[in-house]
Amino acid sequence: MTETIQLTKKDFSSDQDVRWCPGCGDYVILAQVQKTFPNLGISKENIVVVSGIGCSSRFPYYMNTYGFHSIHGRAPAVASGVKLSNPDLSVWVITGDGDAMSIGGNHFIHVLRRNIDMNILLFNNRIYGLTKGQYSPTSEVGKITKSTPMGSLDHPFNPPALAFGASGTFIARTIDKELKHMGNIVAESAKHIGTSFVEIYQNCNIFNDGAFSNLTDREVKSDNVIALEEGLPMLFGKEKDKGLILDGPNFKVVNIGSDYSIDDLIVHNPKDRNLGLLISEMTYDENLPVPIGIFYKEDKPTYDSMMIDQINKAKEKDIDLQSIIKGSNSWNVK
Amino acid sequence: MSKNSSSSEVVTIRFSGDSGDGMQLTGGQFSDNTAIFGNDLNTLPDFPAEIRAPQGTLYGVSSFQMQFGSRNIYTAGDDLDVLVAMNPAALKVHVDDLKEHGLLIINTDNFTPKNLKLAKYEENPLDDSALDKKYRVIKVGMTSLVTEALKDLELTAKEKARSTNMFALGLLYWLYERDMQTTINFLNKKFKNKPLIIDGNVKALKTGFYYGETIEVVKTTYRVDRAKYESGEYRNIMGNQGIALGLLAASHCNDIGLFFGGYPITPASDILHMLSNYKSFGVKTFQAEDEIAGITSAIGAAFSGRLGVTASSGPGIALKGEAIGLAIITELPLVIINIQRGGPSTGLPTKTEQSDLFQAMYGRNGECPCVVVSATSPSDCFEMAYEASRIAVEHMIPVLLLSDGYIANGSEPWKYPDVKELPKFKFNYAVENSEDFNPYERNPETLARKWAIPGFKGLEHRIGGLEKADKTGNVSYDPDNHHLMTQKRQEKVDIIANFIPDATVLGKTSGKLLVIGWGGTFGSIKSAVVKAQEEGLSVSHLHLKYINPFPKNLGEIILNYDKILIPELNMGQLLTVIRAKYLVDAQGYNSIKGKPFSSNEIFEVIKKHLED
Ligand code: SF4
Repeated sequence: MTETIQLTKKDFSSDQDVRWCPGCGDYVILAQVQKTFPNLGISKENIVVVSGIGCSSRFPYYMNTYGFHSIHGRAPAVASGVKLSNPDLSVWVITGDGDAMSIGGNHFIHVLRRNIDMNILLFNNRIYGLTKGQYSPTSEVGKITKSTPMGSLDHPFNPPALAFGASGTFIARTIDKELKHMGNIVAESAKHIGTSFVEIYQNCNIFNDGAFSNLTDREVKSDNVIALEEGLPMLFGKEKDKGLILDGPNFKVVNIGSDYSIDDLIVHNPKDRNLGLLISEMTYDENLPVPIGIFYKEDKPTYDSMMIDQINKAKEKDIDLQSIIKGSNSWNVK
Repeated sequence: MSKNSSSSEVVTIRFSGDSGDGMQLTGGQFSDNTAIFGNDLNTLPDFPAEIRAPQGTLYGVSSFQMQFGSRNIYTAGDDLDVLVAMNPAALKVHVDDLKEHGLLIINTDNFTPKNLKLAKYEENPLDDSALDKKYRVIKVGMTSLVTEALKDLELTAKEKARSTNMFALGLLYWLYERDMQTTINFLNKKFKNKPLIIDGNVKALKTGFYYGETIEVVKTTYRVDRAKYESGEYRNIMGNQGIALGLLAASHCNDIGLFFGGYPITPASDILHMLSNYKSFGVKTFQAEDEIAGITSAIGAAFSGRLGVTASSGPGIALKGEAIGLAIITELPLVIINIQRGGPSTGLPTKTEQSDLFQAMYGRNGECPCVVVSATSPSDCFEMAYEASRIAVEHMIPVLLLSDGYIANGSEPWKYPDVKELPKFKFNYAVENSEDFNPYERNPETLARKWAIPGFKGLEHRIGGLEKADKTGNVSYDPDNHHLMTQKRQEKVDIIANFIPDATVLGKTSGKLLVIGWGGTFGSIKSAVVKAQEEGLSVSHLHLKYINPFPKNLGEIILNYDKILIPELNMGQLLTVIRAKYLVDAQGYNSIKGKPFSSNEIFEVIKKHLED
């Protein structure tokens, strides 16, 4: 599948006008994906981008690959059919918090459980954009929106934790403003064999502007975000003076200095299941920074490869169609 | 025996007992044996929706009915010549269907006070002479005879009692002068690793057979002569089997991969089970997380160049509605199978009905016409599954295939085809790297768009559920374009009338009354019409297999009769469609009892309509 001609970002841009609101976080994600794809070593005709419904789900129209803008919540199921039909394809699902966590929650958990080899990019803006501003399943409790004038009552999903609970084999998070980080994570997710899940915090500047400003504003972000890197200690803060240790079964923030040194910090190992679970659960803990990076990854046989194995095994027996049609109890009438 | 049933040409028998008594297996064995013997036959299994309904209760009764004979058989029969009742509840539920002087075979061992109470009998009916006056009753303590016969086998009392159904089968084999070997072969295969169970069952079978031979009670044996068939190769087939084989043949003979996405539901699950056994043909089956994922995965597969198939029953089809719309607007080849059951909602899962025709025709948002075809009998399922697949790929369109619980579980002899002679599909593949490729450019004859499959070089394109611009397929909100595309989607369905066979009439091509049916009522209508014709009545029968679009000549045919009668197991759905389309004053005959029409019932209705 390697192309002899090096493709560029332009090769992956379709001729359609991009119609998101000016300033929407989706633009940079699109640009970053278009930049990353030429380096995957996969030719255009072997890439399929599938989406559901929502602002983010317009994404396939702007990619010059095969694309399918399906119905609300169902992209993982459509993509499963695509991948299982032709395992040689590189299959991408573009979805949003309403699409994947609410109406499509069932498909989301089941595709992860099956570990079908595809990549899911979830643009989480914590709001319904396309239907003009209702709270979403990832909105914070008490969110005041058109449908919740006195504040929302339900507790939000934390998508990586849900993915972890559904036996996801690649769980990561990035932020629309962190272009380089996003590019790397998208590329890593493409390399993973199995279902990879990437949550992308995305700013909806129309209906939920600033939802992630504490994670993106230059002055505060370093103190609020921890970027996890395999093999490196869990260090963060503007001055790189803070880190995470384990206090019993929980993370605790410590200051590097008199009491703790870098050597006391936990070293990130995305293959460690226990650590993966703790990291996935960090998001809503006010005492902890919000993690980005690859939380967890695991090598596990994929559904698609096992399906092919079964078919190949079945093919060892040479059965012809006519004998199946004939069955075991036929008779002849003269 | 009464005059009515002494004719050995056709016999109707019913095995009935508790759901745990193995009546379905017994009936299935008898029908396979009957088919191989060379009778034509038709079967009607009937069982409770509960897998293990409480033992001995009236609602826990399971039965298997079959009509067989030396002439053509179109239904599972109306009144019974023979009833096997394994317990009081079975007797209570079924005895009224037995003809006067019919043969009633009873397992007396189950007529315990407890079972009698469960069956709501105040007195033991076996103690009363009423039964003996009306029927020819054979009372056998089957369980004790079997237990005695198996006393030397190291089986538990429960295991011994469980082979009692084989006793009943053996007795019936003796009655109809059959060879037991097919069942012995079956038992050897089924219990391959349990030799003791094989022994027990075979012994029980033979005990029943020899019981019939030895004991004086059964005085007459019956022999139903072989039916006259066209020459050829035959096998017995059930409806859902026919569908699975039709899909497999469509895939294999046309070199197109088959992808089946589905979710378990009664009475459609067997299609998934069967297809999952055909992996050696490359068939991919996907048991999805829900009905919606079943169809949307099949849509993904169709996008990727496979024959996408999903199957369900009414409630599942309701869930798939939005996705059917997606397949219609994206113009992908998809086969959607509905094995209809009693509705609404969960309704009657194990009973038959024809009440999803409106759902098939209209059950989606927007102007969303779908091709609808229907199978008329178990053996027709193969052909219609093959046809549905053909129309789907040749016309790049979803096709809804309607079957029903009666067809799905019923069986009949099938003259199976030589697979080399099956018609080949004409595909609409796009050519790689074509300069001027447009995803929504159409074939002028069929209006089908081209199938450009991921992996084809230079044809990268996007499709989806938003309205498409004509030709380019780009998203379009243009008002005139929406009107045009709506018309095209309709025209695309209508034009299929040019690619399907004309409707044919059984009987004279004009006359006083035309009976129009569709689906599983074929047998009852046909038997009734044949009987009426034999009595000199001016009536013909037309059974529709293509419902949307209708065959081109249907309108003309309708004009040749004074009256139109449309019997359906619903409140008049085809009736409404036909009245609307042809402005004809057709009359309905409707019954919604979860069971097929009896042919007598239809015959009476025909007579009434000819009298008026
Ligand atoms: S509504 Fe929000 S998410 Fe949607 S396009 Fe506009 S800014 Fe982006």
